[in-house]
Amino acid sequence: MEFILSLGIGVMTGSGVWLILRPRTYQVIIGLSLLSYAVNLFIFGVGGLKVNAPAVLQDGVDISAYTDPVPQALVLTAIVIGFATTALFLVVLLAARGLTGTDHVDGREQP
Amino acid sequence: MPEYLLLLLLVLPFAGSLAIASLLRTAARTLPSWLAGGVALLATILTASYYPSVTNGKVVRYEIAWLPELGLNFTLRLDGFAWLFTMLVTAIGFLVVLYARYYMSAEDPIPRFFSFLLAFMGAMLGVVLSGNIILLSIFWELTSIFSFLLIGYWYHNANARDGARMALTITGIGGFCLLVGFLLIGHIVGSYDLDRVLASGDIIREHPLYLPALVLILIGALTKSAQFPFHFWLPNAMAAPTPVSAYLHSATMVKAGVFLLVRLWPALSGTFEWFWLVGFAGISTLLLGAYFAIFQRDLKGLLAYSTISHLGLITTLLSLGSPLAAVAAIFHMVNHATFKASLFMAAGIIDHETGTRDMQKLSGLFRYLPYTASLAMVACAAMAGVPLLNGFLSKEMFFAEAVETHADSILDQALPYIATLAGAFSVAYSIRFIHTVFFGPPPTDLPKPHPHEPPRWMRFPVESLVFACLIVGIVPGLSIGPFLHTAVLSVLGPETPYYSLAVWHGFNLPLVMSIVAMLGGAALYFALHNYLARCEDGPPIFRHLRGQRIFERILVTVSWKWARWLETNIGTRRLQPQLRIVAVVAFLAAFLPLHLSGFDAKLPPVRGVDPAFVMLWIIGMLSALAAAFLAKYHRFAALLLIGGSGIVTCVTFAWLSAPDLAITQLLVEIVTTVLLLLGLRWLPKRLDKIDESATFSARLRRLRDFAIAVACGVGMSILAYTVMTLPVPDTIANFFLERAYSEGGGRNVVNVILVDFRGFDTMGEIAVLGIVALTVFALLRRFRPATESIGLPEQQRIQNAYDDAQPERNKGDTVRDYLFVPSVVMQWLFPVVITFAIYLFMRGHDLPGGGFAAGITMAIAFLLQYLAGGTRWAEDRLRILPLRWIAFGLLIAAATGAGSWFFGYPFLTSHSQYLTLPLIGKVPTASALLFDLGVFSLVVGATVLILIAIAHQSIRTYRVKAAPKTEDA
Repeated sequence: MEFILSLGIGVMTGSGVWLILRPRTYQVIIGLSLLSYAVNLFIFGVGGLKVNAPAVLQDGVDISAYTDPVPQALVLTAIVIGFATTALFLVVLLAARGLTGTDHVDGREQP
Repeated sequence: MPEYLLLLLLVLPFAGSLAIASLLRTAARTLPSWLAGGVALLATILTASYYPSVTNGKVVRYEIAWLPELGLNFTLRLDGFAWLFTMLVTAIGFLVVLYARYYMSAEDPIPRFFSFLLAFMGAMLGVVLSGNIILLSIFWELTSIFSFLLIGYWYHNANARDGARMALTITGIGGFCLLVGFLLIGHIVGSYDLDRVLASGDIIREHPLYLPALVLILIGALTKSAQFPFHFWLPNAMAAPTPVSAYLHSATMVKAGVFLLVRLWPALSGTFEWFWLVGFAGISTLLLGAYFAIFQRDLKGLLAYSTISHLGLITTLLSLGSPLAAVAAIFHMVNHATFKASLFMAAGIIDHETGTRDMQKLSGLFRYLPYTASLAMVACAAMAGVPLLNGFLSKEMFFAEAVETHADSILDQALPYIATLAGAFSVAYSIRFIHTVFFGPPPTDLPKPHPHEPPRWMRFPVESLVFACLIVGIVPGLSIGPFLHTAVLSVLGPETPYYSLAVWHGFNLPLVMSIVAMLGGAALYFALHNYLARCEDGPPIFRHLRGQRIFERILVTVSWKWARWLETNIGTRRLQPQLRIVAVVAFLAAFLPLHLSGFDAKLPPVRGVDPAFVMLWIIGMLSALAAAFLAKYHRFAALLLIGGSGIVTCVTFAWLSAPDLAITQLLVEIVTTVLLLLGLRWLPKRLDKIDESATFSARLRRLRDFAIAVACGVGMSILAYTVMTLPVPDTIANFFLERAYSEGGGRNVVNVILVDFRGFDTMGEIAVLGIVALTVFALLRRFRPATESIGLPEQQRIQNAYDDAQPERNKGDTVRDYLFVPSVVMQWLFPVVITFAIYLFMRGHDLPGGGFAAGITMAIAFLLQYLAGGTRWAEDRLRILPLRWIAFGLLIAAATGAGSWFFGYPFLTSHSQYLTLPLIGKVPTASALLFDLGVFSLVVGATVLILIAIAHQSIRTYRVKAAPKTEDA
């Protein structure tokens, strides 16, 4: 379980990093999305992985049976904020494309 | 007097400033000056009535807890010395307002002037009244800023802009040093409270950090008081309107530096370092200022250098470290403020009436302005130190102290001669002021040829100040005596020496020095008279060595040459190298510490692999890799592929017992996809071009990026695997798990953390969300899409062409037909989705769901209507006001938080109980639910605002410049 997930995180990170180093704005936005998946999963994984743990508090269940709620709370807001920043970046990207006539990240083609 | 009125005294000018600022766009001329005058007068009366509370060393303190954890309190403190200074600030402030009322011309924006002036008065009062040194430095900075605004009041004038900027740079740097010095003092003493600091003089002086603290504080004080070598900003600040010069550059702001030296005198003075640093600055300023003043052509320039010199005198007195010298320093501060303010005002009247301040043009004005001339003469005589005027008394005290031996050194031995010489210089420039301006032949080429006396009330401030000079000079014991004693007592306490304010002390050495200075000064002036009538501006030799030039040279070197060197050599404006650095640094930041601490990558064996999970992640990884591969040319495919990764992420959350995350991820995935789809409409197609990777360097670049990406990916994998396989230690999680139900009243711990335990964080996050949505909205209002994408998209064109070709079809029929069933379903889903959103919201506290998820669901409900019928159709039927949703959300979240104050709990304390409703049964109602409602509303508003703003672009009409080109493409 851990092995597969960490492999997945690694692949997403690698793909994301590769994309944010590319010259096209759209590549960067896709790269950032992939990176945010990876980071969210990583933060979530720090709390330890549990399958079939009770999702909400139930009477008579020992505390150690639950998953760690703190990383989950962190990730939950991160997901929503991630949407907002993607939107912001998208609008900047579109505006830059309109103003500069190119979708290069620097606003002009590099020689 | 109750102590809380101190707060009123401080707030009054700022409130007045704001009130006047509200008139900024009006042409009001009289109202601002009445307001400003009223505020200044009220402050003066308020200050005066505090006098009985500060006599005999009593102190009025007013304290509000500000940041008690850091030992910072908002403390106001009024003692005798502060009282005297407050009186100067408010009373002279009143006179300056009265004067400015007549001085400012009709074209000047009057409300701006008075607004700044009152704000400056407030800042100055803050400096004087602060009982906490950090608070003091904050007000100190405010005086710099408002003085910048006031000097630059006539910003159309280049000199005013330069002067303002220089003043701000110099005093701003000083203010920064002062703050650092205060932090050191706070470190030494263990408190920022002024009373504690003043009482800890011995500890401070013996501490190893004494010297750095002293140097930093002195830089602050000396820059503010324009002491050598920081003196050059003051003459340049003369580009300000004259009332500003009269107020800031004679009576108040420049006095702040010496005020601070007096204030901290009990804590810092008396050491050898103090004597040398302060003494050197003071004595050189005293002498140089007076010397430079003689050779100015500009009336205000003369007064500015004279101010510098007099401040040097005060600084010199303070350097001596003897209590008697401190008395003289305080006394001279008051005297200088009175005569110098009146002289500035007189200079302003002359400028106002004749149109020039050039002393080589001015001449014989006595016949036109006899009354103003007489007043100016008395004030000048006070400046020169003529007996029976206030300047004489403090100057005699200075001479007496100069003769005394304090710290045995060359500086101390030379002091009597330097003092006499500076006295002679000051007599010379005072005579020059009077003689050239008021006597001699009538002026010939004045810009305004017919000068006459100014209005009655414009003279009044000058009259009152000159009257004060006379009264203090003739009967000091009866006029200033008790107030001075109160002030001295509050600074020196038990060390207060015996001193006498009598006019006649007998025929002694100081008197001899005075007589020598008088005669010498007069002789000097008449010797230089002819030279001065023709010479260039500035003193001989020194006029080529200008502090201003040096300052500008340094500024250009630091802020332009060095900055450019750094930018060209280590900076780049290109995004790719920057991101590359970020990626490499992030990698190293994780790698190096692990490597150095001997991290052993011996990974625990793989265990418990579920084949379904493996399959899931094979899909996830392939999607990610394919998205990375396709994002350049096949954007739509890449979008779908990251959607795949997103779904895999979502399933993983669900699999690993995090249903809240799974729900939110799924919903956000939907809106993100729609968002990017809407964006793709405006991103012109990328056509396959010739592969750039043909060049060797491009291939090398890719290889390097690939290596970085692989390194980051592998590193992240190892890190993640290690962290996840470590046994989970006792974390803060247990705290939340144990208390979520008992204290938060909810069974869904994640939700309880969000809306209750860490509610303040969530509040910040929703605020960010709102801000981002507004930014997107604002950016799109002036959106200009790429010219290639202005025309209709290809698909629409094909559909329209088909519709046009068929005679029985109307435009848009095709799209309507083939989306007919889905759009009906989507319309019908509207109430269902809303119900689902409410359901998610209500159960959030106990079951997976909550404000975030519900908010996005609600947004999707709206979104579906847009998708089903198109923007126009949806908006004909549905008016969503996303801005109101955002505002309502923020307000209700803040109000819920603030609500707990009413019950005496800290911000955002929640309360929970069960409420029994008919039919539904027991419903948990925590106040956190209200907070969650705010979250919900904000998320709805923000999401809808962002999506609608982008969707709206399609129905806007753009001025198509390059439309024909689009057709070809």
